[in-house]
Amino acid sequence: MKDLFAVVMLLGIYSLLSASFFVAMDAVDVAFTEAAVGAGISTLLMLVVITITGRSEKTTRHKPLLALLVVVFTGSMLIYGTFDMPYFGIADAPIHSHVAPRYIQESMKEVGIPNIVTSVLASYRAFDTFGEVVVIFTAGIGVMALLSVGRRPEENEKTTAIDDSMHEQYLVIRIVTKMLIPFILLYALYVQFHGDFGPGGGFQAGVIFAAAIILYTMLFGLTTARKVINQSFIQFIAAAGVLLYGCVGIVSMLNGANFFDYNALASDPVAGQHLGILLIEWGVGCTVASVMIMIFFNFAERREMQQNNEKINNIEGDSL
Amino acid sequence: MDMILNISGALCLLVGSFLCISGGVGLLRFPDFYTRMHAVGVTDTLGAGMILIGLMFYSPDFLIFSKLVIILLLTLLIGPTTSHVLAKAAMQNNLKPKLQQEDNIKETSSSNY
Repeated sequence: MKDLFAVVMLLGIYSLLSASFFVAMDAVDVAFTEAAVGAGISTLLMLVVITITGRSEKTTRHKPLLALLVVVFTGSMLIYGTFDMPYFGIADAPIHSHVAPRYIQESMKEVGIPNIVTSVLASYRAFDTFGEVVVIFTAGIGVMALLSVGRRPEENEKTTAIDDSMHEQYLVIRIVTKMLIPFILLYALYVQFHGDFGPGGGFQAGVIFAAAIILYTMLFGLTTARKVINQSFIQFIAAAGVLLYGCVGIVSMLNGANFFDYNALASDPVAGQHLGILLIEWGVGCTVASVMIMIFFNFAERREMQQNNEKINNIEGDSL
Repeated sequence: MDMILNISGALCLLVGSFLCISGGVGLLRFPDFYTRMHAVGVTDTLGAGMILIGLMFYSPDFLIFSKLVIILLLTLLIGPTTSHVLAKAAMQNNLKPKLQQEDNIKETSSSNY
């Protein structure tokens, strides 16, 4: 398929479908993440990239036979590998007999949180989650290093005039968005703090929060959004989230336990677990939200610069 | 009382699912972008709305009822807006609606150039 827009849309639809079959298999947390991250924000970010790179794929001269061969070979090896796996849903599969029984039976006593997924993610496997957060943070830094445009040119009268004409064009959607954004932000906070009891947590909440801000940016322009949230503030929050996460681990180490052993955070182990999970989810949410906003801002800024250059070129061409 | 709730809920669900199916048929059968969008936009808002209202009749407690009301309000707000934005984007990208007579198209296109 040569049209990249259609490819991105298909990818989004695929993510949404896989989210619905996660729901059918009772993995609500995974489904929520897939819907928010896979179908929501990554589709959006890919669309933003398409506005810069152009919509159609470059035509290739050579026939990609070698690539096809590699793909077919790898695919058949992977399918061959699945023959060794236990049947779907079989009771004595290795994955059900290793640590899963302990999570299911003991986690309420040890961690004291009804949602087992959260206690696995944030407490038993806190180190893995820390790795994920660092990966997201690194991605944000990478995008910033590659795309960041030094100082923005000061706003002149022409751009404000364009902004005013845009206001009439997008009147309906702007007003509806203004009505919706508070609820989206509130919902993000709900997801953030309700992660202990139902599906949700820092990752999803951060993405939803970022989506609200990105929606605002798309409709009201980058300049306005920059006034609300400036770049250095987001960078600070992104770093602070990772730092908060890491500090929880360090504090538990200073209290004489292992890295990320929350039992040592308070006098009562269960209270310590609650505190630790709350803090690290907060760190995850901050980092994810600000990194997503940062990535979007940098891409949009690039796009704006491109457009401005084109405009200037057009004006110069006209005067010649 | 219970029977009235059941019957009206079932009726709403039935109407809603009929509207959704007709929207699907319209999406496949209508000739151009705008009519397709009309089919999907109108029937999706009303169809989903009717299904949600039907589910409200069956909801066992107030919590589920209020969640359904919130979802209904959200669909009523977002559905028409997205259709509006889609149509507007298509208009701005010079996608013209398909008109019935051949010479009518020629006239409009010639007047534009």
